[in-house]
Amino acid sequence: MISSPQMRLTEGGAYLTQLLEMAGATASGDSALQVLRSAAAGRVQSQQFPTTRDEEWRFTDLADLLKLELITQPATVADISPYQLAEAPYRLTFVNGRYLPELSQAENLPDGLNIGNLAGLPDLQQYLAQQGAEELFTALNTAGLNDAAVVHVRKYAVVPSPIHLLFISTADQFTQPRALIVAEANSSVTLIEEHLSLSDTPYFTNSVTEVFLADSAEVNHSRIQRDADSAFHIGKTAVSQMRGSRYTCNAVSLGAKLSRHHLEIYQTGEQTETTLNGLTVLRGEQVGDTHSTIALTHPHGTTRQLHKTIIDDRAHGVFNGKVYVPQAAQLTNAGQLNRNLLLSPKARIDTKPQLEIVADNVKCTHGATVGQLETDEVFYLQSRGIDADSARKLLVNAFAYEVISQIPVDSLQQTLSRSVTTR
Amino acid sequence: MITENSDVILSVNNLTATVENTPILKGMNLEIKAGEIHAIMGPNGSGKSTFSKVLAGHPDYAVTGGAVSYLGQDLLALEPQDRARSGLFLAFQYPLEIPGVSNLDFLRVSYNSKRKHEALEELDAFDFDDLVHEKLGVVQMDAAFLSRSVNEGFSGGEKKRNEILQMAILEPKLAILDETDSGLDIDALKIVAGGVNQLSNAQNATLLITHYQRLLDYIIPDYVHVMANGRIIRTGGKDLALELEARGYDWVLEAEAV
Ligand SMILES: Nc1ncnc2c1ncn2[C@@H]1O[C@H](COP(=O)(O)OP(=O)(O)OP(=O)(O)O)[C@@H](O)[C@H]1O
Ligand SMILES: [Mg+2]
Repeated sequence: MISSPQMRLTEGGAYLTQLLEMAGATASGDSALQVLRSAAAGRVQSQQFPTTRDEEWRFTDLADLLKLELITQPATVADISPYQLAEAPYRLTFVNGRYLPELSQAENLPDGLNIGNLAGLPDLQQYLAQQGAEELFTALNTAGLNDAAVVHVRKYAVVPSPIHLLFISTADQFTQPRALIVAEANSSVTLIEEHLSLSDTPYFTNSVTEVFLADSAEVNHSRIQRDADSAFHIGKTAVSQMRGSRYTCNAVSLGAKLSRHHLEIYQTGEQTETTLNGLTVLRGEQVGDTHSTIALTHPHGTTRQLHKTIIDDRAHGVFNGKVYVPQAAQLTNAGQLNRNLLLSPKARIDTKPQLEIVADNVKCTHGATVGQLETDEVFYLQSRGIDADSARKLLVNAFAYEVISQIPVDSLQQTLSRSVTTR
Repeated sequence: MITENSDVILSVNNLTATVENTPILKGMNLEIKAGEIHAIMGPNGSGKSTFSKVLAGHPDYAVTGGAVSYLGQDLLALEPQDRARSGLFLAFQYPLEIPGVSNLDFLRVSYNSKRKHEALEELDAFDFDDLVHEKLGVVQMDAAFLSRSVNEGFSGGEKKRNEILQMAILEPKLAILDETDSGLDIDALKIVAGGVNQLSNAQNATLLITHYQRLLDYIIPDYVHVMANGRIIRTGGKDLALELEARGYDWVLEAEAV
């Protein structure tokens, strides 16, 4: 059956209503959280389900999502030991959006660090849903928001080890993970946010992470999406940076039949530093989409973005990187590079840097490359006794390594390196 | 060193090859026996590197005729990695940079694929480390180069030394060194030449491709061949190199044309 665009819209509208219901979006109650939720539900209802006619979704067709029959159901996981990271002793585990303290490690925290779920840290509610809130899927997440993974780092606290935020989904689930990171002035913290599943059957994850960096705070954030190959994953990372703060994101996407990660950086003070490293690995018929928006509204900001995509088989990668440098953002230094490695003749990439630069005294560079494995490189390795297949794997891993090596947890680096080249 | 009745390592018969349908090799003939050192000289573009890459099995070159026998087997029937594993080594004129692959890992994978081929046990990281450190001495290379990506950001001379380090580790039966001397300073040239001499013995053979007689002061060839227009047009002893140095190629080319 071929559905016309009109039918698609009606279908999409009905689907959204269904998702809102499943998300538990109700109008009852007048708590502050409920006010947020109701407003967000309103924003969802006022929008249409995206189709490829929307510029922002031109290459990423959500039609198959509409066919999913989803449920929401609490669940637990018997054993998360395969996913525990020895180097990251503090952990918050959510299964199907529900906080599971028994699978978490939120005790014996260092001074100045508080982690837990929203119920345990209600003071931080004020930070929720402040950024990128208009966007449909972010609003959908907020409309159903009743808990979140919360990390609160107080002034001057330097958290010595990474914090692991583990979001697990089970079969057929519609899950909306939410995380909130608040780094107060001069604090420093490292986060590993990870999305994965124990199931091979399709599910839909719609996640939102908000990160607030106060003056001179430092956040190193690795975001690992290794959902099931049949899953749908839509994720938002919204970051606001005050004066002199430093934010790094290492985003690695390996899983999902269709994934979309949208990074938004809002600068709210001068002299911020932003480093975005991204790696998307796609095979089979996977679609992997990275959108980023960096809004520099103050002087002396520095952003460095490197996004790499490895695409095999008939997979399809999408990269769209927007950088806004308005008049006020003088002496900004912005660099963006998107590098793509196509491993099969049917692999496809759509890449679009979008730079809007109004300020005159700035340094902005950007570039996109699309390449294949070089015959000469493969031959060089072969000429040293390495078989062609291993040579290709070595080279693909090397391409990925530039991003993977940025993740400050060795065991995770190794896991990720292995999954880049093994099916 | 020429020895009566020593084993034939490489025998090339009337080899022709094309790149993108353009004939480059037009009837190469060459026999190399164990213990021998051969040098090929010749004008730019005469096909020297092409010859070395055809021997190593580069996929861009199509063999259109002739035969190559290596240690008694049909070399052209082997995949490049199998040629390498059976002891054929090519030091590239332009060694490639492989960002993201550590030199040490590369050397170990390479060494172990050869060990595996010889049905020997692979060396673990620890034992291999010992081996590499010993071999670093052959080319007097700093251990710091091991942790860097293969050839990435290496100077021209450092790349060439790294090639000889690989050779020292793989201990080839037939080493083909394509202009390994270009880009080396005088001290490095002596070191690299010393390394090559140290590695050559009565069981293996070396084929040097060079433009300069200078290298041949340090590595004394048993035979010097002049290659022009895809063929070897003259063969002599080490004195031929001196003569070429003094007189250039014209007289050989003219003699050939007659
Ligand atoms: N991949 C290729 N594509 C097109 N032409 C090629 C290719 N490889 C070699 N050739 C051509 O073949 C000829 C021989 O090249 P080759 O590199 O073998 O010469 P050479 O004798 O090694 O020269 P030099 O002394 O400059 O290193 C040249 O004309 C070169 O342009
Ligand atoms: Mg050459």
